Amino acid sequence: MSETKEQVPSVIKAEELDPKFKYEMSKIHGAEKIMLCFQCGTCTADCPISRFSDFYRPRKIARLVQLGLKDRLLSNDALWLCTSCFTCVDHCPQGVEIAGIVRALRNMLTKDKGIMPLVYKELATNLLKSGYVYAIPDSRHKKRIEDGLPPLPKPNLADISKIFELTGSAKILENAKTFEKVKS
Amino acid sequence: MANPKYLIFLGCVVPYRLSSYEISARKVLDKLGVELVEMPEFNCCGLPMDPINHELMLTLAARNLCLAERENLNILTLCNGCFSSLNETNKMLKEDKKLREKINGYLKEMGMEFKGTIEVKHLIYVLAEDVGFEKIKNAVKKPLTKLQVAQHSGCHVLRPAKYVGRDDPENPTTLKELIRLTGAECLDYMDETQCCGNPIIGVNEEVPFQMAKEKLAHIRAVKAQAMITICPFCHIMFDLNQSRIEKTFNEKFGIPVLHYTQLLGLAMGFQPKELGFDELRVKPTEVLSNI
Repeated sequence: MSETKEQVPSVIKAEELDPKFKYEMSKIHGAEKIMLCFQCGTCTADCPISRFSDFYRPRKIARLVQLGLKDRLLSNDALWLCTSCFTCVDHCPQGVEIAGIVRALRNMLTKDKGIMPLVYKELATNLLKSGYVYAIPDSRHKKRIEDGLPPLPKPNLADISKIFELTGSAKILENAKTFEKVKS
Repeated sequence: MANPKYLIFLGCVVPYRLSSYEISARKVLDKLGVELVEMPEFNCCGLPMDPINHELMLTLAARNLCLAERENLNILTLCNGCFSSLNETNKMLKEDKKLREKINGYLKEMGMEFKGTIEVKHLIYVLAEDVGFEKIKNAVKKPLTKLQVAQHSGCHVLRPAKYVGRDDPENPTTLKELIRLTGAECLDYMDETQCCGNPIIGVNEEVPFQMAKEKLAHIRAVKAQAMITICPFCHIMFDLNQSRIEKTFNEKFGIPVLHYTQLLGLAMGFQPKELGFDELRVKPTEVLSNI
């Protein structure tokens, strides 16, 4: 798989680098081991997404974090292409949890930049309304009875909404700008 | 030994779209003596919220774990995704005191506290570890000896090994052995452990379609009569989306996708209509004529 198709500027300017970013990242749950990445490329070589995408390269994400190119990372749509299959996590010889790093960057994007793919906003909205991330239609509830399945329990919407409030997610959701699709 | 008893965690996708999985799972588990208790007031496992906010995922998952602790019962999941978030959260909160204190701070507001007294298992591990291969073998009344199938375990039931720690993620055998108990042959094929691609379908269709197409082609190459899944997301990717994948790439696959519990149910002597076979999109005509 070639990395040549990527449209990236060939020169990195020193003033773009944030030397503290890697320390900030290494305090986030799941991203603790970012500094141990020695760029072997196992993650990219074994990543099923990288095989089919011109942009998604986990090794490069790890390097950009180490270099502190935060803006470049957070403006990169490819972050949303990880399926969290965890192949990279299991294969990394340094124990770097790449999928955890990707998650930390996504969380940063939703919280600090207020951006997320539309689909996640819809799933969250359904969850707050019904306890499920999909809007289960009445016909499904009725069919359960016809099929001899027990009725679904009543959700505790007060608890769910409290969890959104307490974790700061309600605010993230309220302010979120959305986009629909990302290129691969 | 007393019969195993579990709280069944349905999650969102199964009740939304795949009652065929739930119907067949309840049938075979009941016959195998696994007692299922309905989980009161559960919410989404949290996994789909992980990209928005990791703490949101952890707290949603932990609330479900607290409900199970209250009932003093272990959780059985049908979905790989639910297994992943509930099992990982359970293990992380048991091991990481600081994280537990943080999440317990949130749970306190709901009158809850995570104590770490229960376990979370995916259906296949309940079958393999609690019911046991011997008992399943004895329950097979109509061995499916004319069938050759291929398995797709999916990702989250195997990886990350650090939190799952049951089967070998490089060369998983649990589902294969469970398939062989039904009398069917389980064929090997290329890249069996590759992801179905479904989790990103909401933001990009091209990559998941290519991943799924490749898998279907590998399964077709070994001439499997059906594909066997244990995760509703994977099932949707290969069954519901198969006709669209065929159209996109102008290729015909026609590979029926069965939930493992449907395959086992057939071998245990249930009728296809009792196992939700009529809900499958790719019609398993050849499979059913070979039982």
